[in-house]
Amino acid sequence: MATTAVEHAHADVHAHGSKTGLWSWITTVDHKRIGILYGATAFVFFLMGGIEALLLRIQLGRPDNTFLSPEMYNQLFTMHGTTMIFLAIMPLSAMFFNYMIPLLIGARDVAFPRLNAFSYWVFLLGGLFLNSGFLFGAAPNQGWFGYANLTSNQYSPGLNVDFWMIGLQILGIASLAAGVNFFVTVLNLRAPGMKLMRMPMFVWMSFITQVLILLAFPVITVALILLMFDRFFGSHFYVPSAGGDPLLWQHLFWIFGHPEVYILILPSFGIVSEILPVFSRKPLFGYAAMVFSGAFIAFLGFGVWSHHMFSTGMGPIADTVFSLSTMLIAIPTGVKIFNWIGTMWGGSLQMKTPLYFCLGFIAMFIMGGLSGVMHASPPADLQQTDTYFVVAHFHYVLFGGSIFALTAGAYYWWPKMFGRMLSESLGKLHFWLMLIGFNLTFFPMHFVGLLGMPRRVYTYPKGLGFEIYNQVETAGAFLLLIAFLVFIWNVIRTTRGPANAPADPWNGATLEWAIPSPPQEFNFAEVPVVHSRDPLWETKRERGGQLPEPVRVSGAGIHMPHPSYWPAVAAIGVAAVFVALMMLPKLGPAGVVVAVAILFLGVFKWAFEPA
Amino acid sequence: MSFRPALRRVVRQAPFLLIALVLAACGRDYPQSTLDPHSDITRMVDGVFMNTVWWALGVFILVEGALVWAIFRFRGKPDDPEPRQTHGNTTIEILWTAIPALILAMISVPTVRAIFKTYEEPSGAEVVRVNVKGHQWWWEFSYPQYGVTSANELHVPVGKTVFLEMDAFDVIHSFWMPQLGAKRDVFPNRKTTLWFRADSAGFYPGQCAEFCGTQHGRMAFHVAAETPAEFDAYIKGLQATGTPPAPPAAPDTAKRVGTAGVTTAALAAQTPAAAPAADTVAGSKLFAAKGCVGCHSLNAVKFSKGLIGPNLANVGARRYIAAGTLLNTDENLAHWIQHPWSVKHGVLMPELGLSDADARTLAAYLRTHTGK
Repeated sequence: MATTAVEHAHADVHAHGSKTGLWSWITTVDHKRIGILYGATAFVFFLMGGIEALLLRIQLGRPDNTFLSPEMYNQLFTMHGTTMIFLAIMPLSAMFFNYMIPLLIGARDVAFPRLNAFSYWVFLLGGLFLNSGFLFGAAPNQGWFGYANLTSNQYSPGLNVDFWMIGLQILGIASLAAGVNFFVTVLNLRAPGMKLMRMPMFVWMSFITQVLILLAFPVITVALILLMFDRFFGSHFYVPSAGGDPLLWQHLFWIFGHPEVYILILPSFGIVSEILPVFSRKPLFGYAAMVFSGAFIAFLGFGVWSHHMFSTGMGPIADTVFSLSTMLIAIPTGVKIFNWIGTMWGGSLQMKTPLYFCLGFIAMFIMGGLSGVMHASPPADLQQTDTYFVVAHFHYVLFGGSIFALTAGAYYWWPKMFGRMLSESLGKLHFWLMLIGFNLTFFPMHFVGLLGMPRRVYTYPKGLGFEIYNQVETAGAFLLLIAFLVFIWNVIRTTRGPANAPADPWNGATLEWAIPSPPQEFNFAEVPVVHSRDPLWETKRERGGQLPEPVRVSGAGIHMPHPSYWPAVAAIGVAAVFVALMMLPKLGPAGVVVAVAILFLGVFKWAFEPA
Repeated sequence: MSFRPALRRVVRQAPFLLIALVLAACGRDYPQSTLDPHSDITRMVDGVFMNTVWWALGVFILVEGALVWAIFRFRGKPDDPEPRQTHGNTTIEILWTAIPALILAMISVPTVRAIFKTYEEPSGAEVVRVNVKGHQWWWEFSYPQYGVTSANELHVPVGKTVFLEMDAFDVIHSFWMPQLGAKRDVFPNRKTTLWFRADSAGFYPGQCAEFCGTQHGRMAFHVAAETPAEFDAYIKGLQATGTPPAPPAAPDTAKRVGTAGVTTAALAAQTPAAAPAADTVAGSKLFAAKGCVGCHSLNAVKFSKGLIGPNLANVGARRYIAAGTLLNTDENLAHWIQHPWSVKHGVLMPELGLSDADARTLAAYLRTHTGK
């Protein structure tokens, strides 16, 4: 959308009411503020998921421990997984989608700013709803994968599964709405001259992620609706005693669940691909190969779901097909890793905190990838599936991968988002504590898994040789806690300090570094024109060195969408509909009627309120 | 940065550390280890896995080595001149696409061969068939060829192929014998199979590997791989429990029950056993009066369908009770009977409010049921 500054001269950004205070956050439709909301909310959920993990680690610190009851352990491991995937890593990525995509493509906002606000509020309510089970002593306890028929009324009579099923359903709406929004944003709002093959790699990987979200989330939605009918209305999709099939759930869940893995990692690939060139002072190696390998990974991601099910005995043909397709994914993933190393090769590495985390990401992700190839082999997987070996593998991918990359992104873009430079020395301390703590926690899991320790057990007996490994893991988990306390301290210290960040602290290559830190509400006073993949480097070269510090302008004459609280009302309506469904036996149909009324009110007023 | 030499050391030593740990894992300190195979099928799986491990280790050393080397070699200073701006190299891209593909081919060939092997269905009179049924939270083993059922302790003969046909009573479980037969999920209303041939005698632990509710963590079992003679004796002992009342048996019992599929009605017709001891009578009464009999059978041959607790016909001789949770001592047995929820919270066996004395009597009574 190549609007110029003078279009829509009737509205002034300063006429939009207060810019501070709680109300301004509730009514905001600014992608940057929504990004910060996503980030802050997700970080709180991340800490909750981390504390859940610490409790699990304390329980497993010694054999036959009674620190947690089995009932509590099962709730905590379920909520740890569900939280980290849906409430931490996904929305932390969403923070970067929100804040960075418009800046990276030279846009003033996302395509649908109010839908963006709606997505956030639905996400927040979904997350709160999912966790509210703890208040009733009935947090979800069936595992994040919720295998049928353990989730049936017969074997899970309480509200635990309901909180999970409804919570995920609400969160799915947030993801789908955001998916549509960013899909359209990337396709339609790029600055003039930014062809698809000139997009920053983070935008490419995020775009592919939105495609995955749009194709994968409908499947989990359907699977959950079937489960909801089983639980609320007495149908038998997954009930074997009535002719249903619990294996149906596994197929549906993993057709969603495997692409979900790439939804969690592709944005991280993008972040690393932004940071490495800047700190190597050299363009990304093999840009086209990076784009196509990302797309290929996403495509193959829909053809490998049954590798989560090798132990179900699908037969030799199915096992072979899914095994080979899974191994195939190692090729484009390897191409990515080689190209990252190629980017560094011959460069001039500037050893700053964001680069540290990127290098940690590459080193750890290689290990996660290699252990992945090990259980891509079904016979080997018959030993490894559902053991701590797999726990080690996916933590090397999701923590060693996603969390390292997201942290790198946080250090990299912090000055842009908040106008302040995080401390380098605290950042590097954070990195080393996290790298060591991470490996202490998860590396021994490879061994204890191969030595026969299954997953999702609330305790283990003496004499199987698991003790020493579990003790080291528990110690490592506390080191990770310290690492994140250092990060929090870094943030607090920086926030109290002066707004010292220049517009372009890292000698960046992309558009966001050309505007003030933090950006003004309209991002670009003048929409930039793009001629290459590294537009800012090109401009700097043309002008012979650093650009002058950009000045803040009034923004008069730039039309930005008005704030609105109706998206939040509509989001409350969505959550209310599901809660009313869950409470149907108690509230009766009246509850549903009221909830639907709130939803309609929100959507109606939203639609007819002038933007 | 003082961490750097330390990091370099760790990175350099990691592969050797790994090998040392793998070797240690084969020792006796890890009775549930997957790296210590004792059957033809687990040896094959181990071979497939170790093949991948060596390839992965090679890739690990090369790629992490390249990464670490690049970090130290290309470290720059802020005022260094701009490095040469390269954008990629098609030849290199093709190379590093093709080489991993070749390595994967080296992994996939033995993999596919092994996949088909794991799905073989052994047949023949020599094959020992066992029906495995997963329950919340214990395992039922029945031998259709011999007409007997037991729980939580699977006895198999060394050197003979064992074919498991498996399903679940309630929810999905996963039957995992790390050293003998790897793992297969079991489902309600769906059959899955597993086969293995143990090559050395031993008492091997295993446990449920699919989350199945509150006490998933304590749903273990053991496999006793024994000589064919011991195995035959075990089966005969179980078959003998089909003779009510329990032994001491008449001299000709052994011969009679040696026939597979013997009808218990015929056995029940004869009997007059020696007068049982007084505490056995008391235990027997308690077993009925306290409701144990509602869920458990003491008869491995003939029992009503739908009993939801483990068969106890030879419980007195099992090494563990409560699905591999407690050693089968008199004290543990009495404690388990009296306070099952203190051992396995949420287990389906209710707290019956037994007195200490009753629990001891019941334990002593069960101790006499050895299936021997």
